[in-house]
Amino acid sequence: MPDFTKGEEKDIRDTIAWAQINGDVLRSLSKPRFAFWALFTFALCLFSIGVACEVYQWRRGLGVANFDNPHVWGLYISTFIFWIGMSHSGTLLSAILHIIHADWRKPIYRFAEAMTTFSLMTAGLFVLIHLGRLWKFYYSLPYPSERMLWPNFQSPLLWDAIAIFTYLTSSILFLYVGAIPDFAICRDNATGWRKHFYSMLSLGWMGTDRQWRSFRVTYLTIACFLIPLAVSVHSIVASDFAMSQQPGWHVTSFPPYFVAGALYSGCAAIITLFIVLRYTFRFEEYMTMPILDKVGRLTFAIAMVWTYLNFVEYASVWYGDDMYAKDLLIQKATGPYSPFWWGMNFCGSVVPLLLLSKSVRGSPTAMMIVSLLLNLGMWLERWMIVAPTFSHGYYPWTMDHDQWPGFVQWGIVLGSFGWFGLLFMLFCKLVPSVSMYEVKEMVYHRTLAQRHAREA
Amino acid sequence: MSITRMFRDWDKYRKASPSGDLEKDHPDYKWAMAIDLDICTGCNACVVACYAENNVPTVGKDRFEHGQTMHWLRIERYWNEADAETPHRGAQFMPMMCQQCAAAPCETVCPVGATNQTPDGLNSQVYNRCIGSRYCSANCPYKVRYFNWYDYPEQEVAWPEPLPMQLNPDLTVRSKGIMEKCTFCIQRLRAAQSTARTEGRLVRDGEVLPACAQSCPSGAIVFGNLADPYSQVAKLWRQQQVELHKDKQDKDKTGDNGGVRGYRILEELRAYPSVLYLERVRDTKA
Repeated sequence: MPDFTKGEEKDIRDTIAWAQINGDVLRSLSKPRFAFWALFTFALCLFSIGVACEVYQWRRGLGVANFDNPHVWGLYISTFIFWIGMSHSGTLLSAILHIIHADWRKPIYRFAEAMTTFSLMTAGLFVLIHLGRLWKFYYSLPYPSERMLWPNFQSPLLWDAIAIFTYLTSSILFLYVGAIPDFAICRDNATGWRKHFYSMLSLGWMGTDRQWRSFRVTYLTIACFLIPLAVSVHSIVASDFAMSQQPGWHVTSFPPYFVAGALYSGCAAIITLFIVLRYTFRFEEYMTMPILDKVGRLTFAIAMVWTYLNFVEYASVWYGDDMYAKDLLIQKATGPYSPFWWGMNFCGSVVPLLLLSKSVRGSPTAMMIVSLLLNLGMWLERWMIVAPTFSHGYYPWTMDHDQWPGFVQWGIVLGSFGWFGLLFMLFCKLVPSVSMYEVKEMVYHRTLAQRHAREA
Repeated sequence: MSITRMFRDWDKYRKASPSGDLEKDHPDYKWAMAIDLDICTGCNACVVACYAENNVPTVGKDRFEHGQTMHWLRIERYWNEADAETPHRGAQFMPMMCQQCAAAPCETVCPVGATNQTPDGLNSQVYNRCIGSRYCSANCPYKVRYFNWYDYPEQEVAWPEPLPMQLNPDLTVRSKGIMEKCTFCIQRLRAAQSTARTEGRLVRDGEVLPACAQSCPSGAIVFGNLADPYSQVAKLWRQQQVELHKDKQDKDKTGDNGGVRGYRILEELRAYPSVLYLERVRDTKA
């Protein structure tokens, strides 16, 4: 095991030949390890469970998922927030790190962007699955109708719908635009239907000077557009709760808290997928341990921001004058949800302390376990925002501490992971999950810097 | 309209609800209730009447235990802890239905605007528009909104034969996936209002009653038009010194509640509910 702690290890070997980069990445499109197909089948199974549950629920009604009054939202909305949160990773890695010129992002931003797009698609599904009359979902969209019926523009759910659609279209655009030069490389190396496929996608990219200039400007513009959008999306999701009147939700600090949580779970998911991709596609040359080390440090920083905001929330409730909110906080810590609530605090605030250790950051296995625990914590966090408020609201008669989400809810939650996995793996099989042109650029810059250093 | 003018005439656009001027908000009708808990015996007649009048599905024992019951009107039973040694004093009962809030928390959050304030001060629920996001229920402090978790008219046996024959033709049975709640028996109100309009007058006090008020054997539920100062309900509200547009009543500032029993539930949340409750008087020596 090489020692990365001395600052000598490089993010990427600067002697990789450009042809080798092409070869290594293009190979991932044709010959993955067996693990890829194993994971693919596993995802397909999970997805099938979800589909079966949804069909059953569609036919019979939402009651089969064991909702009741007051527990009207349950796991669907919790998992919706979870997936929306995951979608922030791509924007962070691609757009924010792009603008601040952190070039270690280059080998890993492509799959992070794909994660953004696919987790948004998954989140969008939950909004639909959750509806009582899914077949009428278009009522919530502001389309011109002959009856002059508009949605209710006061409702945070409508802001949600608009924000998510905007974010989804923009992130698809960002992912696509950023991949055009790579599609051209694929086109040049492909045969058969693939040739056709990549020719269409690469939009006639020839790599001329003029094309590169336009490309750079477009990419930067979308990146700048995407950053405020990402912040607004999760702020608006937070508004679903903060704008309501319920104890535990009516919290002013929710928007930044949600954004921090989103970046946090996004980073943790990047670590997980980093390790999975590195193994399944043999990307050891590109997804290097020093880069994982940097992502680990970034995750730690965001974890501490989240922890801080979490305690701000507790403190403002504890020292505030809202007896319902305070009662709910005590209920969370001592009631039937307490194992999950303490679990969330443990996974969210204590486990990231492991990232302080250099040996943890240097071990893929340890990082994998830590990242999964962090994401478990973040999923619990969302559940602990949604469920306890329903179980312990304002009105004592309707407090219900015993409700447990039914099998259908759990099945659909599992199915969503399958759906995301399927989309993501299909993506990795069809689109280069490491950005070839940016890695080349990175190698080139390093070589230049070395040459300058030698000459000076 | 220029921005400057808009800010100058801001008062014209900004509409406080309720404004405090009942006559301006509701020139003709403002339906309201007063429930005297001292008279209520907890007999549940109102609940049965509500089920019959409004085609409320009976869900069966299993679903009731799962909390999936649909009772628009529920009788809540509370045992006062202080009465533990004197159980013969009995439990306290509280009939609870949609409070028809004047600034209802459920209305602002509905993404499709399926729940709205009507000109006569009701909180309406438009079944055809509802998509079932359940945000209204999430934001309701009283949790008096009931969701159709199952397809009661088609797939379930909420009304085994020949019970479908007794369904009220004046209103629908609701399909799965939509929210419903107490409407103050809007079908009766609309019929009475229509008759009165034809005769060129307003609805007289006592001319129309929701099923619960009509069937209450002890007369605990008083219903009427708050905009009519001579109606029984308006007199009770005045007598109890409770005003619709206040989140803290003047009498509550005096320390002894003005010597009256009237209160509204969770008034401080500023939903401005239209149901006044009169506290039960306990004989502490019994």
